[in-house]
Amino acid sequence: MMRQDHNRIDPKRRNVVDYRKKQFATPQFKDTQYPHRLNFYADAPTADITLEQFEQWAIDRLRVLAELEACSFRNRSPAETTSHMKPILDKYLPLDSNSSSNTKLFSQRQKDHYSHFILRLAFSSTEDLRRRFSRVETMLFRMRFNSDDLSERSAFVSSLDLDWWEPVTDDEKIRYAAELAAMTSGKKMNNEDGTWFKVDWERVPDLVESRRVFLKAGKAYVPGREQSSMVVAEFTSRLERQLELTARALPRLDEDDRLTPILNHLSKNFITPDSAYMSGSTAPAGAQISAANIDNLSQHFPACMSNLHRSLRRDAHLKHYGRLQYTLFLKGIGLNLEESLMFWRSSFHKVTDDTFNKEYRYNVRHSYGDVGGDSNRRGGGYSPFSCQKILTEHPPGPGEAHGCPYRHFNLENLTALVQAMGVSDRSVLQGVKEDKDNQKFHMACNRVFEHLHKAEIKKAKDEGIMTSNQLETIVHPNEYFKRSYLLKNLGKETDVKMEG
Amino acid sequence: MRSFYQRLFPWRQLFQWLNHSPTPTNDFGNREFAFTLQNDAYLRYQSFATADLLRKDVLRLMPSRFEIGPVYSTNPRDRKTLRNSSAFKPLSKELCFDIDLTDYDDIRTCCDKATICNKCWQFMTMAIKVVDVALREDFGFKHIMWVYSGRRGAHAWVCDKKARSMDDQKRRAIANYLEVIKGGSQSGKKVNVKRPLHPHLSRSLDILKTHFQEDVLDVQDPWATAEQAEKLLQLLPDRNLNDSLRRKWEAAPGRSSTSKWADIDAVAKTGASKHLDSRALLEAKQDIVLEYTYPRLDIEVSKKLNHLLKSPFVVHPGTGRVCVPIDTKALEDFDPLGVPTVQSLLAEIDAWKGGEDGEEGDDKSKVNVADWEKTSLKPYVDQFRTFVSGIIKDEGIAKVKREREDDSMDF
Ligand code: SF4
Ligand SMILES: [Zn+2]
Repeated sequence: MMRQDHNRIDPKRRNVVDYRKKQFATPQFKDTQYPHRLNFYADAPTADITLEQFEQWAIDRLRVLAELEACSFRNRSPAETTSHMKPILDKYLPLDSNSSSNTKLFSQRQKDHYSHFILRLAFSSTEDLRRRFSRVETMLFRMRFNSDDLSERSAFVSSLDLDWWEPVTDDEKIRYAAELAAMTSGKKMNNEDGTWFKVDWERVPDLVESRRVFLKAGKAYVPGREQSSMVVAEFTSRLERQLELTARALPRLDEDDRLTPILNHLSKNFITPDSAYMSGSTAPAGAQISAANIDNLSQHFPACMSNLHRSLRRDAHLKHYGRLQYTLFLKGIGLNLEESLMFWRSSFHKVTDDTFNKEYRYNVRHSYGDVGGDSNRRGGGYSPFSCQKILTEHPPGPGEAHGCPYRHFNLENLTALVQAMGVSDRSVLQGVKEDKDNQKFHMACNRVFEHLHKAEIKKAKDEGIMTSNQLETIVHPNEYFKRSYLLKNLGKETDVKMEG
Repeated sequence: MRSFYQRLFPWRQLFQWLNHSPTPTNDFGNREFAFTLQNDAYLRYQSFATADLLRKDVLRLMPSRFEIGPVYSTNPRDRKTLRNSSAFKPLSKELCFDIDLTDYDDIRTCCDKATICNKCWQFMTMAIKVVDVALREDFGFKHIMWVYSGRRGAHAWVCDKKARSMDDQKRRAIANYLEVIKGGSQSGKKVNVKRPLHPHLSRSLDILKTHFQEDVLDVQDPWATAEQAEKLLQLLPDRNLNDSLRRKWEAAPGRSSTSKWADIDAVAKTGASKHLDSRALLEAKQDIVLEYTYPRLDIEVSKKLNHLLKSPFVVHPGTGRVCVPIDTKALEDFDPLGVPTVQSLLAEIDAWKGGEDGEEGDDKSKVNVADWEKTSLKPYVDQFRTFVSGIIKDEGIAKVKREREDDSMDF
């Protein structure tokens, strides 16, 4: 398969017509047929399309993928994502089932097929792009797979010819009856037809991770209903492999190719939503960001940082990830390295200079890119963590204060913290509780923000100082700070600059 | 310290362990070592073609400790000369686990922070049992070595070839499969597991039950005071039952944790609460047993292929104790406070030689016996050697098989 990929990219081609012929017309293929709605995108496209189609299809798919990624950054549940995506998909990338008897089935599937391959080219150049592309493509595939007509889906699955699972024998079912029963009893979890698959556990890491399979000697016993996980995992791993191969073939693309600018343009339009704070150590105008002023500024901090600040003041200490999360946040609000070192030194007042220099100084400098490897220094250290990162990576362990309180605190402690931040309104507290129960942690955070800045937001809107764009959901602690600071200082500074 | 690395450290065995074969390969040559120097500078991306070169550098720099990282696609020392930075990437490393007693500070009463004793070491014993059996039975790994970290913890090195070549996603899957105790200082209940219990968890509970009674309730007595007992009550589901228990315990100050634990069922039976959900109570009790006994892993260490971990047999700079392997067959007998220290070992060599002087011991007639064999380090090195030869044997078989397959494939 990859051989074809290599052939497809011909260093000698000089114009688009030529390109199209070579790129999409491998002679041994006839026009692709699309018997199934779903596609593993194993074969490269072979028919001609116009340059306009090339670009338009790619852009349409990119819209879909960007929106999907935004859903995951905003921590939407699968069900919400599905309903949020429905109109977008219908508009840009519709894909109907065989039974729908839609006459456009072929063109829908062709567009899906081609646009996938075009973006594959655009997004294979760096590891970061590849990772994100395979992640969102997987989300898209999973969504479609789960919504597929059941019989069409099983036809699709058997067409894949996956040979790495075997049925669990009756003998094994008897031997491990108790263990298997523990995997399936419970309300909505029954295993409809009693089928089990046995696969190498590496095939289903997500099921292992959440203990949804029984493991024995390296084999995972997977209930029939989890088949979709296996298919999705297979989709991802094949796509990742293909992307790497495409990446290796990429340098052969000619510089003067008319597609290169389109491809470059596409990949540039796929920027990370939370990369906005990459170098964002810009303080809001008029703010005095210094070690001595942090206590004062902390009134503008979101719960996560407020809690770190409180813990730090209480214990004169924070564990490693707490320090990291907080240092980067402070860097993001505009605290420079010198002030930051001063802040940490004075905050850790129970340790000696010697201990501080030995154990903590380096890490602070590292976060600022002052020391460390070349790439760390060049990149100016790490970027401040987004909510997404804080919510999903490194959950706090015993004695640790980092993370997102809306997620990682129990209700009692969370309520106490939110009250300490100045929320006493019962209905807001109740709302926070419900958000938490529904796992909408950032919604709770935004709810608290809106409550604490109610008057200012109203004023900003009424007077047209901030557009609703500038007031959309907060997904980054640094955005929380910045917006809070600006709102609370409305009018104090005549020319407060409002950037998106 | 220098004489320790010069005369006692098992360089050859360490080399074979990482090299997986007697003659030098990339498994060793492209392996990252990192040194922490006496002045606390941290040198990463060191690599060595042979054990001898590694030994020489250690003796030259005298690091306070050194760590082992992954095998890279190219020699780590050349990483900067590569045109394409993506050509330098980690390929394989043992799957590692790190358990540290400081993570037990909220449940151990005998010690805290850096201090340990044989009472709280029992937490480590339980942890090793639970993790070891899961890695063997569930995941099918065979070559697992546990190493004392020199002060208050233990490391596991899973060395099966399959484990070494896992990517981060698979490592994360195992780490999360094993992780049960979650949440920070403010998160309240730290165990939230689905019912019915996953087979791994029911097996763990079986292993941990007696430890809970003996090593936690009897020895640690974690709910002795009223304030501590409140922590227990917070984990129980029934308010009325809690009220009765609280009254009972207030009337009998100093009641032991063992009795308090027994009181829960006893009081429940008297019908203290009309709407008692006995199933919820049972599950809460199971969760408590887990919270007080289940291994507390520092799972970040396990999740990343390129995480570094302190080498076995290094001397802990604070305690002087050698990071020796723990024999899981005699797990209960392991005494962290009794492991050999640099000082004791050097004294033993001297004693063996009958107090003879001469730094190098270059006298040919005596070289037959390696220095470590003269000391109490011997059983540990022997154990390590057996472990390593087990890996090499499996690897050898695998290699022969692979070569045969390659032959028949006709390139
Ligand atoms: S939602 Fe984001 S900003 Fe708010 S507390 Fe959580 S991590 Fe912090
Ligand atoms: Zn102790």
